[in-house]
Amino acid sequence: MPDRTLLLLCAIFAAAVAVSFVMPSWAVFLTTIAVAKALVVLGLMILWRTGLVSFGQALYFGAGGYAAGLAGRWLGLTDAIALCLLGAIAAALIAWVVGLLLARYREIFFAMLSLAFSMILYGVLVKSEALGSTDGINIASATFLGYAPSGPAQVVSVYLLTVLAGLIAASVVHVFLQSTIGQLTAPIRDNEIRVEYLGVSARAVVHLEVVIAGALAGAGGVLTALAVGHIDPEMAYWTTSGGFVFVTILAGTGSVIAPFLGSLLFEMVRSFAMAYAPETWQLMLGAALLVTILFFPGGLWSLFERRRARA
Amino acid sequence: MLTAFAILIDGLVYASWLFIVAIGLSLIFGVMKILNVAHGAFYAFGAYGAATLVGLYFEAGLPVAGAFAAMLLAAVLIGVILGGILERGLLRRVYGRDEVIVLLVTYAVFLILEDVLLLIWGADSYFAYQPYVALGNVVVGEMIISTYDLGLIALAGLTAIGAWWGLNRTRSGKLLIAVIHDREMSTTLGINVTAVFAITFVIGAVLGAFGGAFTAPKISVTPGLGVEVIVIAFAVVAIGGMGSVAGALIGSVIVGLCRAAAVHLLPEVELFVIYAVMALVLAFRPQGLFSRAEARKI
Repeated sequence: MPDRTLLLLCAIFAAAVAVSFVMPSWAVFLTTIAVAKALVVLGLMILWRTGLVSFGQALYFGAGGYAAGLAGRWLGLTDAIALCLLGAIAAALIAWVVGLLLARYREIFFAMLSLAFSMILYGVLVKSEALGSTDGINIASATFLGYAPSGPAQVVSVYLLTVLAGLIAASVVHVFLQSTIGQLTAPIRDNEIRVEYLGVSARAVVHLEVVIAGALAGAGGVLTALAVGHIDPEMAYWTTSGGFVFVTILAGTGSVIAPFLGSLLFEMVRSFAMAYAPETWQLMLGAALLVTILFFPGGLWSLFERRRARA
Repeated sequence: MLTAFAILIDGLVYASWLFIVAIGLSLIFGVMKILNVAHGAFYAFGAYGAATLVGLYFEAGLPVAGAFAAMLLAAVLIGVILGGILERGLLRRVYGRDEVIVLLVTYAVFLILEDVLLLIWGADSYFAYQPYVALGNVVVGEMIISTYDLGLIALAGLTAIGAWWGLNRTRSGKLLIAVIHDREMSTTLGINVTAVFAITFVIGAVLGAFGGAFTAPKISVTPGLGVEVIVIAFAVVAIGGMGSVAGALIGSVIVGLCRAAAVHLLPEVELFVIYAVMALVLAFRPQGLFSRAEARKI
């Protein structure tokens, strides 16, 4: 029997491609940003299964964005697919190096150490004139395997690439979570020492999780940069990381589809809140986070699961 | 030589500020195992509260000396009210959950309080420079140093001595140390842990507001000032070791001197030197310089 989640992902992908022809431009842009950021959340979800919260995911997000920006500026590389791969690989390399240290820590120390690393990048970006300092740098219009669209076609092209990246990432992560190593991510949270008795190095698993999460955040950073057309150090600031953590908790870890739903909801509420009640946006965020933690520990996804269990 | 002296003075002034902000955070973590992100909001409320009270005080045309009492009063009021509501109303419900969950709860509170701050005081800047100006300057050799800054060093010193004395030389301090070491055992011995938690949290909140209140005269009080503070205070506490007075002190001095040296010698690295030190210390001593490692429980 084929995997239901994979089928559902393909159906969502087909629907997302179909609606791109009828959606207004602002909705296409909003969905692009939501899916790009959902990639970051997908990575955080893997870590959260192990009970780890990274308050520094903006490090990889920013690294991906800047990798794309600098490759365009210094190497003249504008192909969106190449930029995506480049950003993901660059972020994965950073995650591998940082992970050598991070994988030894748990709980609050993990959160704080990842925060420290992301603030180092922020500090470097803000002070580097060559990297645009606080103004950031503009991203040239992307090309797609030689196809160079402009205007609305450009927006739709970035959207389609982002949705495709979302499909691939979600499927890969889903398959990963079904594998032996993937199945061990949650037990490490419950009892690390007993997992080691099974003959698996918990540290190696966590290191792998950090690298996967880093690569996903890097790709998300590139796609966000391509959609917005601009990058600045704010991408690497800790409040950006805080936003990702927020969506992770809100969405829950029940399924690889949850981060996409959570991220879409987050971006939609945010754009409406920014338009109608900008001064109480953070207040609403905080309240929603509190309600989620106190009453829905499994996140929004647990609402779906509960209904299915009852049926 | 002059540079070295300037680095020392600037570093110590910065370290005193860091210490006052970080000690509350460290105390709350040590006793309750809560990493309180809302501490940044206590700081911001303290700053706004003090700026407002000092403004009212000078409008009334009263003598300058009393302004310091007004700042202190603002800190205590804010700390007791905010800390009390937060601990009794919310945190009590999540004791016993994962440390990371409680961290997220305080993060949510921080987000809420940031906007409450905007709703109360608006987006304008507030100034409370009078106490800073009133104390004048001291000239040492070729350097002009603000007396208020020297006062801050003394204040941090007093806070450190007070915290050490309170913890090690009083009955309630010893009860507190018992709770830090073993919460369950303390309960069986008849210590009211619930009360200890509530009081500790309020004291920590007052210390956070205190840091904000006494910084207000040096800066323009604007929205978003709590965001910066919280990460830097984390860095200090992480370097020194959470839950230790000596650790917070050493952590502040290290960070203060490093940053002052960076500002004077190599301004490009100013922002990241703090976090580089933090990463370096955590890499070798994850529990911080002054904290004992905990035994792993199976």
